[in-house]
Amino acid sequence: MLDLLSDKLSGVFRGLSGRGRISEENIREAMREVRTALLEADVNYTVVKEFTDRVLQKALGQEVIRSLQPGQLMIKIVHDELVELMGPVDTKIYLVQPPPTIIMMCGLQGSGKTTTCGKLALLLKGRGHHPMLAAADLQRPAAVEQLRVLGEQVGVPVYTDPSRVAAHGDVAKGAAVAVCRAAIQQAKQTGRDIVILDTAGRLHIDDELMGELKEINAQLNPHQIYLVLDAMSGQDAVNSAKAFNAQLELDGLILTKFDSDTRGGALLSAKMVTGKPVKFLGVGEKLDRLEEFRPEGMAQRILGMGDIVGLVSDAMEKFDQEETARLQEKMQKGQFTLDDFMAQMSQVKKLGPMGKVMSMIPGMSELSRQVNMGEGDVENQMGRMHAIYNSMTRVERQKTELLDGNRRRRIARGAGVGLNEVGQFIKQFEMSRDMMRAVGGMGMMGKMRLMKSLMSGGISALGAPGGPILKTKRSGFMEKKDRNKKKRR
Amino acid sequence: MRFFSRTLDKLKGALRKTAQVLNTDVRTLFVPGRRIDEAFLNELEEKFLLADMGVGNVTAIVDAIRERWRLGKIRNASEAQSVVREQLLSGWTDQDRELRFAATGPTVLLVAGINGAGKTTSIAKLAWLLKNQMNKKVMLCASDTFRAAAVDQLTIWAGRLGVEIIKHQMGSDPAAVAYDACEAAKSRGMDVLIVDTAGRLHTQEHLMRELTKIRDVVAKRIDGAPHEVLLVLDATTGQNAIVQAKMFSRSIGITGLVLAKLDGTAKGGVVLSIRDQLSIPVKFIGLGETPQDIETFDPTRFVAALFGDTEGEPQAQTADSSR
Repeated sequence: MLDLLSDKLSGVFRGLSGRGRISEENIREAMREVRTALLEADVNYTVVKEFTDRVLQKALGQEVIRSLQPGQLMIKIVHDELVELMGPVDTKIYLVQPPPTIIMMCGLQGSGKTTTCGKLALLLKGRGHHPMLAAADLQRPAAVEQLRVLGEQVGVPVYTDPSRVAAHGDVAKGAAVAVCRAAIQQAKQTGRDIVILDTAGRLHIDDELMGELKEINAQLNPHQIYLVLDAMSGQDAVNSAKAFNAQLELDGLILTKFDSDTRGGALLSAKMVTGKPVKFLGVGEKLDRLEEFRPEGMAQRILGMGDIVGLVSDAMEKFDQEETARLQEKMQKGQFTLDDFMAQMSQVKKLGPMGKVMSMIPGMSELSRQVNMGEGDVENQMGRMHAIYNSMTRVERQKTELLDGNRRRRIARGAGVGLNEVGQFIKQFEMSRDMMRAVGGMGMMGKMRLMKSLMSGGISALGAPGGPILKTKRSGFMEKKDRNKKKRR
Repeated sequence: MRFFSRTLDKLKGALRKTAQVLNTDVRTLFVPGRRIDEAFLNELEEKFLLADMGVGNVTAIVDAIRERWRLGKIRNASEAQSVVREQLLSGWTDQDRELRFAATGPTVLLVAGINGAGKTTSIAKLAWLLKNQMNKKVMLCASDTFRAAAVDQLTIWAGRLGVEIIKHQMGSDPAAVAYDACEAAKSRGMDVLIVDTAGRLHTQEHLMRELTKIRDVVAKRIDGAPHEVLLVLDATTGQNAIVQAKMFSRSIGITGLVLAKLDGTAKGGVVLSIRDQLSIPVKFIGLGETPQDIETFDPTRFVAALFGDTEGEPQAQTADSSR
């Protein structure tokens, strides 16, 4: 399995440096690694083929052969090409005059249409529009009710007509069109400027249901038609995207469930076969978790190189901003106490398991696997740290200098841990405090960058869970056993 | 528990449509007498990759064929096909596909999966199967208290199928619903209790813990429960399905897969990797939106579909005659 494309590519070329020229064959070999990376990310086979052919031509034409760092240059070419293919970025929703603008959502079952309708309505409302939702999914049981509830949650009116819901096993002929038409009518009367049509999920090969969409399209002329696609889709994403686009002439794509750990190659596939821009990404269960698409970071994600920007935005969301600001100020002033250390720790813990956080950082995915192995241990150690912390007096937490042998023994007894663990905990904190002083002035981005270079002990120094109380002091996370594992792999 | 389905036509229909969509004649690969060469191996590779079998897996299979061919052990396409078939089918046992029932008292099926995989529909199918084909007294448990109208959706199914349902208010503790359902299932002498859970991404740790809690509650109320823990997997899912299976297994110990939405053009080849890496078998496949669109998993036919042919048709007659 390929963890890190850049490592692999460097590997391909590394053996050659100092032994004269890099040949075309080396580049082809490198392209095979790129191909594997893309296929593992679920980019469609045909799309991969086209892509690698293009990149191969570029790589051969460029200076890769004479470059001092052919691996890096290859990565750059691949990356740039990916970004280019995912563009041009166009996340604008085109509105019409006179209103209402009609937006139709379509897609396979379970891709997330109804939820996305709610999210989109909230987003548009936030931009000062007055959207309305129309429940035109008359097939799935309780779909109408679901949209009604979502509308309530985001404070947007929903047009429903329960009498039109299809009987069990039936397709209500013409009913969806009627619902949409009535919804648009009502929108006009009540001064709503956007109508979002939630249609039933359907297979792209279901002629009857595809006919229903074409009917809506023909009769009501929606101004924007968006395909909602699951980011975890595999090779088949191209078939459905192609079919929907051929029958409806899509205006954009919305990829959902991007808050999972999928590499999301379906995005690239769907973009390539339809030629339609990706408008939004669904990135969470909450209804405000719909983001405009930005290709930065996406290329790295598809290539398995981590998404540092995503990590930062994730951190932004989950970190308590005020708390972080307060801690930051204390750090800068050098007043970082154990209380702050523990507070910081619980902030970082919110990001999820350490392995996941690290997997998002370029260059750390290999390491994150090893951390993952001992996830339980990390939790365990967090618990022990809390025990130690709770066994200290308030004054001790403020002034760790007070902790002499006697006090340490008392704490160890109170926490039910060894004396050496108390010592290590304090040492970790002190290291962390010193580090904080140095880093304090930097922003989040700077810290993340620092994390990579500070890997040995660095993470713990930044107050990440699992950092403290490590068995080996100097090597941070990588215990000897794990290191061997890495070599074997 | 072998039963024959009227859904075979549907499967065949879907395969036919697949051929149309792909706009290729799927039988070209294994024309009788076709010699093995690099072009053939490339085509084989393409076919398998397009079926979501995963690049590592496919490379291994194709390399093995290439090796045998070089050594002169096999020469033509049909020989290659049978080698691959054998390889893909080894390790699938009949027991794998059977549901495990409790010796006495209610059998509990816990059903989980990511958002939109098809859990609720699959539960409706299982309920239909158990009630109408196996004469079991079935109760549903609406432990998806999170997604808007999820309880309504399951209630509608319960009404249509004529099975009992235990539910609470939206937003209530899913484990508490499961608790009540277990008690109700015992006191009302149910044969099977199917627990629906909210869709969740395997990366959402707190939600995965919630799932563990549901399982633990069920395990405490009923001896040996849950007897089956089914992960519903969308057949259109790519390689991420492996991680999903892994993470859900870690939380609740998956005993089998329900491969939903196999009536589309997706092949769901990723289940082969899940079987190999995690020893989790596929128990059922979903082939449509009505409760009857469920079948026990048949590896032979599944593998045939991976090749893109409609072999396995011999069964069609059995199915027809049994109707």
